[in-house]
Amino acid sequence: MNQAQSFTLDGADVPYRPGQTIIQAALAAGRYIPHLCYHPEFKPHGSCKLCTVKVDGRDMAACTTPAAPGIAVESDTQEINDQRRMLVQMLFVEGNHFCPSCEQSGNCMLQAVAYDLGVMSPRFSHLYPSRPVDASHPEILLDFDRCILCELCIRASAEVDRKSVFALSGRGITKRLIVNAASGRLADTNLAASDKATQVCPVGVILRKGGAFAVPIGKRKYDLKPISARALEDAPRPPGARHG
Amino acid sequence: MVETKPRKLRIATTSLAGCFGCHMSFLDIDERLFDLVELVEFDRSPITDIKHCGRCDVGIIEGGVCNAENVHVLREFRVNCKILIAIGACALNGGLPAQRNHLDLRDCLQEVYATEASLSSGGIPNDPELPLPLDKVHPLHEVVKIDYFLPGCPPSGDAIWRFVNDLLAGRTPRLPHELMHYD
Amino acid sequence: MPNDTLPEPGVDDALNRNRRDPARLVQILREVQTQYGYISPAALTHIAGAVGLPRARVEGVAGFYSFLHTRPAGRYRVLFSDNITDRMQGSGRLFDYFCSKLWLERGKTSEDGLIRADLTSCTGLCDQGPALLVNGFAIPRLTEERLDAIIDLIRARIPVPAWPHEHFEITENVRRKDILLDHALQPGDAIRAAIARGPRAGLETASNERSWREAVLSAPQGPVATLEEIKRSNLRGRGGAGFTTGLKWEACRSALGQMRYVVCNADEGEPGTFKDRVLLTRYADLVIEGMTVCAYVIGAARGFIYLRGEYRHLLDPLEEVLEARRNAYLLGHGIMGQPGLDFDIEIHVGAGAYICGEESALIESLEGRRGVPRNRPPYPVTHGYLQQPTIVNNVETFCAAALIAIHGGEWYRGFGTAKSAGTKLLSVSGDCARPGVYEYPFGVTIRDVLEDCGAVDTQAVQVSGPSGVCLDETEFGRRIAFEDVPTAGSFMVFNRQRDMFEVARNFSHFFAHESCGFCTPCRVGTTLLRNCMDKLHAGHGSQHDLTEIVDIARVLQATSHCGLGHTACNPLFDTLKKFRPSYERRLSSLAFSPAFDLDGALAAARQMTGRDDAGAHLQPEAAEGAGR
Repeated sequence: MNQAQSFTLDGADVPYRPGQTIIQAALAAGRYIPHLCYHPEFKPHGSCKLCTVKVDGRDMAACTTPAAPGIAVESDTQEINDQRRMLVQMLFVEGNHFCPSCEQSGNCMLQAVAYDLGVMSPRFSHLYPSRPVDASHPEILLDFDRCILCELCIRASAEVDRKSVFALSGRGITKRLIVNAASGRLADTNLAASDKATQVCPVGVILRKGGAFAVPIGKRKYDLKPISARALEDAPRPPGARHG
Repeated sequence: MVETKPRKLRIATTSLAGCFGCHMSFLDIDERLFDLVELVEFDRSPITDIKHCGRCDVGIIEGGVCNAENVHVLREFRVNCKILIAIGACALNGGLPAQRNHLDLRDCLQEVYATEASLSSGGIPNDPELPLPLDKVHPLHEVVKIDYFLPGCPPSGDAIWRFVNDLLAGRTPRLPHELMHYD
Repeated sequence: MPNDTLPEPGVDDALNRNRRDPARLVQILREVQTQYGYISPAALTHIAGAVGLPRARVEGVAGFYSFLHTRPAGRYRVLFSDNITDRMQGSGRLFDYFCSKLWLERGKTSEDGLIRADLTSCTGLCDQGPALLVNGFAIPRLTEERLDAIIDLIRARIPVPAWPHEHFEITENVRRKDILLDHALQPGDAIRAAIARGPRAGLETASNERSWREAVLSAPQGPVATLEEIKRSNLRGRGGAGFTTGLKWEACRSALGQMRYVVCNADEGEPGTFKDRVLLTRYADLVIEGMTVCAYVIGAARGFIYLRGEYRHLLDPLEEVLEARRNAYLLGHGIMGQPGLDFDIEIHVGAGAYICGEESALIESLEGRRGVPRNRPPYPVTHGYLQQPTIVNNVETFCAAALIAIHGGEWYRGFGTAKSAGTKLLSVSGDCARPGVYEYPFGVTIRDVLEDCGAVDTQAVQVSGPSGVCLDETEFGRRIAFEDVPTAGSFMVFNRQRDMFEVARNFSHFFAHESCGFCTPCRVGTTLLRNCMDKLHAGHGSQHDLTEIVDIARVLQATSHCGLGHTACNPLFDTLKKFRPSYERRLSSLAFSPAFDLDGALAAARQMTGRDDAGAHLQPEAAEGAGR
């Protein structure tokens, strides 16, 4: 009954189970597609657009597009990677990303994706927004400078923690992460350091206090392996499948 | 075909709103410096103490642009160098100095030279010899065209060596994963 | 100073009027905003508790819409319409005049909390601009004299509802009528015709709404026969995308769901279009008739009119029309005596967000959320309002559907072209003698429209608004039709005196302001494009910037989440191709120029040090002999 269905990704066959999106099937099959807002434990929502691929010639987000039999998906091409580089550069100039002084450096997905794509410059003029830090909470620090608006903390807090500590306000370039308190301070929310929402930030916004720079340079997550390799190790696999 | 020894490439380097850390890292190429001087000669650089940049093949600049003098030096490099390289985090995105960018410069000057008790005796310096600070710190590519970028804080000696070698050999510089760092 | 812990007394009234329904959150917030000039922190907390939503969600919704404020924004909130047509009619100068007379800075509330002036996207009064909104109500035909009068009213602290009516007089300017604008229908005619298209058996035996719908699904009765006429007519959506209406209705009718909904998209936000305003003013019965026919066909019991906030002045008249129709048994239970034919309509008023014209964003807003377009599939026809099958059609589409219900599909197909049946309403504005609404059979040429509206010396026409296409004079022979130049109705005319770069720059500001911010390319890209255009405008641009514009625009087109991002670059592509010298003559350098005003960046330091010597300035590169 479980008839194997497949599509092609850059010419190679990728099997999938009905209900999987292109990125889910690709990662499970050991094929990496760059992404930031996609997380295997959450319903894809497709905002970062890093995973945009060509499906039978049409530009689609791989995280939200269902796998379908026989479709031809292109991902690792010069044109598509150029697009991805520009999207990464847009995220870098939108916020304030000072890697040398960021405790998440080396463990940051934005940085790791940029390394993997060979992004050598920010290209555009920086917007240098003013986004004050929220250090009010005893255990958790929020550094909004680095927010890429992936909404993973919002999804985790609402769907897993059932707290809705985080939400979005503003619109367009003024869109920003807010917390669920009239004071606007994290300390006045019911966030606990053990919440799922504190564990899903792909960049350095939601940080545990007191734990910074514990791992020396050279030993951090993406010092050891590029994100294209790490993402495959972290991807959910069908039982019995070997980890590449 | 007659084989001729290629002309040595002329290189200039400087640090603008930077810490000279990238230059220190440059020295970390260690004994490879001997190989390098076979291929290049230095114009303006902390190594030569030449004060103004002449006609060069390559200019390497660390640090961002925080004041009027930085703009003048950067422009001098741009006019004189066929290839201009921004090196290090500050040159690429302003780096540490740019973390003042969310503050109003007037407030900064006021606080440092007028309000703050320990420093407030002399008022805000206004000697024409001093370059005026810009209201924000900018990376190099927002002021002149930059041809290549070498990220890192600082980029390692190995990364610099790899980068310069590629460049001298006429290859578009690329860094492998282990040499690619923004920190 | 209001007590921070207690919400204002009117907040509960707004909640109760809206049944404390979280789906009506935008309406609740809008009503509180109207009453108090802003939504206070205490009001946000109270509303969140009352509708059972996290406070941050409510704050996030309030933060999304331009007309909602979470900080005091003045007793009088004055928004000048900033479409290019307003600009061409002198709005920039008038805005400066207004601000200087009242000592105002753009976007900042006056110190006494009395007034705040800012710009807003096109208010749909392009044929009678420049226009403004004061506390949500539109005032057309601004002049210095009219502004003086407004200033006096504000200084005298007279409430806006008590201002002289003449200021708010909006004209319809209907210039050319065809089958739609010249229809001779009486309210109820189209519904009666639809019902008469089939035997009444199914309806009579149906004892409840659900069995009624199932009955109509199984037999070719009135609804099916009417649907066949809609399909036969080849009617296509008038909102821009041009999807075949009959197929949409059929898909919705066949979709599984507990309830079905009919939504009229009256969020006419595309700059330069105002024909829906005219339809809702003069032809409201026809619009509602079309919605009712749709409800009859698909089996819906509830409908919504999503009225853009800028058309707030139409709310009360529309409510009156709805009430009159209820009294005439044209809405409500058992419409025209048909058992089970129940349908009623609520009006939702938007709050300043162009993106809500996108149908899935509109539904999000109807459900009380931030107007962010959904991922599709699934489409609204199967998973729309409250995840139920939903039809979202343009105002004009419903009008056409009402005509078809009476006269039939064959009749309608007799107008227009082979691929574009019927007529199209155009909102004509800009450089012409007779701006207003023109109805043409599809296939009319641009040149014919220009002639009719009295445009002379025309160099360009922007068809279908900023997201449409910019045509130059070599293209005036092209036709308004889905197969040639499709349009949602906006038709802006530019004569040879106009600077097409400034037109494109105005549009780039529009898109940056209206991007919802969901996806990276649109959120950041529209701002980068706007900044590039501003840089060129300030005379700091170079060829490098022109290249960057094209590169950014390509990524926007390829990777954006919805049509806003896909089309945001259209005006830039078009003008760069057809009016390139208007860009090039602004360039300060052939290759590269700085991203910002270098000398201006020293101004703060000059001020603080009191210096003005040569060293305290930065000359342009050319003057210094630099550049490359």
